[in-house]
Amino acid sequence: MTSSRDACLALLGKDLRVELRTLRSLPAMALFAVTTFVIFRFGLDRTELEGGLAAGVLVATLLFAAMLAINRLFVAEHEQGGFELVRLSPVDRTVLFAAKASALFVYLAVLELVAVPIFALFFLESGAALAPLVPVLLLANLGIAVTGTLISTIATMSSARDLLAPLILLPLLIPLVIATANAAEPLLRAGGPEYDRFGTWLAVLGLYDLVFALVGYAVFDFLLED
Amino acid sequence: MRTLAIATAVTLLAGYALAFFYAPVEAEGFIQKIFYLHVPLAIVALVGFAAAAVYAIQHLRRDDPAYDAKSYVAIHMSVIFGTGALLTGALWAKGQWGVWWEWREPTLVSFLIIFLLYCTYYPLRYAIEDRDRQARYASVFAITAGAFVPLNFLAVRLAEPFIHPRTFSSAGGLPPEMLQAFLVCLLGMGLLWVTLVRFELEAKAASADIGRLRRALDPGYAEPAPPRRTVVPAGVSTAEGTPR
Repeated sequence: MTSSRDACLALLGKDLRVELRTLRSLPAMALFAVTTFVIFRFGLDRTELEGGLAAGVLVATLLFAAMLAINRLFVAEHEQGGFELVRLSPVDRTVLFAAKASALFVYLAVLELVAVPIFALFFLESGAALAPLVPVLLLANLGIAVTGTLISTIATMSSARDLLAPLILLPLLIPLVIATANAAEPLLRAGGPEYDRFGTWLAVLGLYDLVFALVGYAVFDFLLED
Repeated sequence: MRTLAIATAVTLLAGYALAFFYAPVEAEGFIQKIFYLHVPLAIVALVGFAAAAVYAIQHLRRDDPAYDAKSYVAIHMSVIFGTGALLTGALWAKGQWGVWWEWREPTLVSFLIIFLLYCTYYPLRYAIEDRDRQARYASVFAITAGAFVPLNFLAVRLAEPFIHPRTFSSAGGLPPEMLQAFLVCLLGMGLLWVTLVRFELEAKAASADIGRLRRALDPGYAEPAPPRRTVVPAGVSTAEGTPR
C-alpha cells in the first residue's frame, strides 16, 4: 500500500513529465500571455504602465493564461481513463486533488518566470517591483491552483468543458483578483515600490487559499465517485 | 402550508404598514422607504444561499436526493430574491446618489459578484447529463459558493471606501420605530422565502406524483416529451424512467 505522499508525488511527477515531453500547456500559456501584453499595449494605447493599471494588466493576463492550463488539466485523465485508475488504486482520492493542484501551481510559477520579466521589460521603468511581487504571485498561484483544480474537475465531467470552467471560475476568483491587484498596485507605482497595506492583502490571499484548499480537500472525493 | 402562507401575508402587510405609517420619514426623504424592501431582500437571499450550502452538505453526507432538491430550490429562490435586491439597490442608488450604479459601494458590488457566481449554477446543472453526478456536482458547487460568500464580502469591503448606509453597524442608532418596522419586514420577507420554497418543492413533487400515477394507470401513456437534459433535481423529477 502506497502512502498518500508517495502517490501524490508519483501523480505530480507523471504530470510534469508528460508536460515536459509534450509541451502542450506551458508554451501556449507563455505565448498567450505575451500576445495579451501586446494587445493591452494597443488596446490601452500606452507604452508605459504603472500603479493600478500595471497591476490590472498583469493580473488579468496571468488569469486568462491560467485558464488555458485549467481547461486542459484533466483532459488526459478523462480521455484515457486516469480517473478510473485513481478510483481503483488503494489510495485516498484526495491525492489526485493535491497532485493536480501542485502541477497547476508549478505551471503558473513557470509561466510567471517567463511572463513577468517580459511584462517588466515591456511596460515598467525598472525591475525594482519584481522581488516584492514574488510572495504576492505565489499566494495568488496557490489560490488559482486549488479553485482551478476543483472547478476543472467539475467542468471536465460535463458536456460543456471549455465553457463551464471559465464561467464558474472567473467570478469565484474575483476576491483573489481584488487582493492580488491591491497588493501589486503600490509595488508598481512610478516612484518605486511602496508597501501600502501589503500585509493585509497577503493575509486576504492566504485566507482565500486556506479556505478553498480546505473546501477542495473536503469535497473532492464526491467528484470522483461514480 | 396554508397557515404559513397566511402568516407570511399578514407579517408582510404589517411590516410595510409599519414602514409607511409608523416609522418616521428620514432626512433622506421618502426614497429611504425602499430600505424596508431592499435590505430584507438582500439579507434573505444571502441566508438562502447559506441554507443551500447546508442542504448540499446534508445531500453529500446522506446521499438523499431530497436534499439536493432543497438545495436547488433554495438557490433558485435566492437568485430571484437577489435579482430583486439588485434592482431595488439600483433604484435606491439613483434616488440617493443620482446614479444607477455605484462601484464604490462595497455591499452592492459584493452582492453583484455573488449573484454572478450563483447564476453559473444553472449552466453547471445543464452541462451534466447523469442525474446522480449532476446532483453531487451541484452540491459541491453550492458548498464552494457558500464558502465564497463571506470571503468575497471581506475582499470587496477592504478594497473600497465606505459609503453605504450602514445597516448593521448603525442599527443601534436607528430610531426604534424604524428598527421595529425593519425587523417585521425582514421577518415577513424570510417567511415569504420559506413559503415560496415550500410551494416550489410541493409543486415539483406533485407533478412527479401525477407523472408516476399516469404511467402506472396507463402503460401506453407517453409523457409530453421531457427535455433530454434537465436542471430539475431527481428528488422531485418527472422525467425519471420515462418510457421512450
